[in-house]
Amino acid sequence: MKYLDEYRDPALARRLVAEIRRSATRPWVLMEICGGQTHTLVKYGIEELVGPRVELVHGPGCPVCVTPLGIIDQAIAIASNPKVIFVSFGDMLRVPGSRSDLFQVKAAGGDVRIAYSPMDAVSLARENPQRAVVFFAVGFETTAPANATAVWQAKREGLQNFSMLASHVLVPPAIRLLLESGSNRVQGFIAPGHVCTVMGYREYEELAARYRMPFVVGGFEPLDLLEAILMLVRQLEEGRAQVENQYGRSVNRDGNKAARRRMMEVFAVTDRNWRGIGPIAGSGLCLRPEYAAFDAGRIFGVEAIAAPEPPECISALVLKGLKKPVDCPVFGTRCTPGAPLGAPMVSSEGACAAYYRYRRHTVLAGG
Amino acid sequence: MCLAIPGQIVEAREIDGLRVGVVRFGGVTRQACLDFVPEAQCGDYVIVHVGFAISRVDAAEAERTYRLLEEMGALEDGG
Repeated sequence: MKYLDEYRDPALARRLVAEIRRSATRPWVLMEICGGQTHTLVKYGIEELVGPRVELVHGPGCPVCVTPLGIIDQAIAIASNPKVIFVSFGDMLRVPGSRSDLFQVKAAGGDVRIAYSPMDAVSLARENPQRAVVFFAVGFETTAPANATAVWQAKREGLQNFSMLASHVLVPPAIRLLLESGSNRVQGFIAPGHVCTVMGYREYEELAARYRMPFVVGGFEPLDLLEAILMLVRQLEEGRAQVENQYGRSVNRDGNKAARRRMMEVFAVTDRNWRGIGPIAGSGLCLRPEYAAFDAGRIFGVEAIAAPEPPECISALVLKGLKKPVDCPVFGTRCTPGAPLGAPMVSSEGACAAYYRYRRHTVLAGG
Repeated sequence: MCLAIPGQIVEAREIDGLRVGVVRFGGVTRQACLDFVPEAQCGDYVIVHVGFAISRVDAAEAERTYRLLEEMGALEDGG
């Protein structure tokens, strides 16, 4: 496919790997934020190729993984209501709540449906006026404008049976938290290309200046990520701390203004709990008061549901880049994608799940 | 979760007050909302995420990045 296949060319990838290895004269620790990038890096074995001086650690960039347990329990409570059609992206169905998950609700007869787009939920509300249709709105800035459009359109059409359980998260506050933690090891970031497609990268320029930290906005194919790594290594070797844009075919400095306008018309910034990390101020989006009539948490009275996280999982340290999935004593044994203990094992974009899928044979064999 | 892939707009029209397009990804076509890419026309490539085009692919930029990589390859071959 055009604009995909050419960024997977193995010969060019080898050149980039050689250039990265030649350019890195000292050890550098780089972090990618986005789970989609984690997936590509692990799938293509890029982290082994670019070593030994360049170490890649994986950030908290999987919204499925960081959705708090309490919200999953709220979703399960709503989906169990026989009057409800509960609509979600497929990834969320396997995420374990305190006692159950959405797949189990579906197996027990709950009307839980998987959507490709939030607009599918709006169509369902239109077609089923006698049922309450609830959309589970998770995601980073990339997804927020689309989810916002679903509510915006429902309001425009006067669809009173549509509502949304919103648990959006924002990337820059999480980066700030990592950088302010005393244990931070990260020396350069690959900024998430699709988040920046919507938001632009001015926020990252502030972070780069304030923390003297290089950022490269990166795409998602192997050549994109290798080029982003090379650009970061060059910045670090030259002592620069700037924001550079590798993913110019989709990202510009100001982002997508129409998408952002829609997002901020519907959502407001709020504090948000991140699973495995804890509360981060100003790191989420919730429905604005003008859209309160579409707030499923309020409508179904589940807002008070909260839940403590299981203590055995080291996902907080994995999500902060302090540990690798394979450092976990239960990785691939008691914790697998089929029976995940922690969030990063849940989604295919979680670091633990990506390691399990592509590297468990070498890892578990001690290789 | 932030998966978004490039596809080519083959048709664009209004549905329920939204600008909606048919977008071709390789051999598959899907509907996508074009509200956020008012400048995109039929034949343009857009990056699509959860049924919404979030950017129009900048063909010159895409070409530039790739050419840069190829030139690097060529230099290596020569040296």
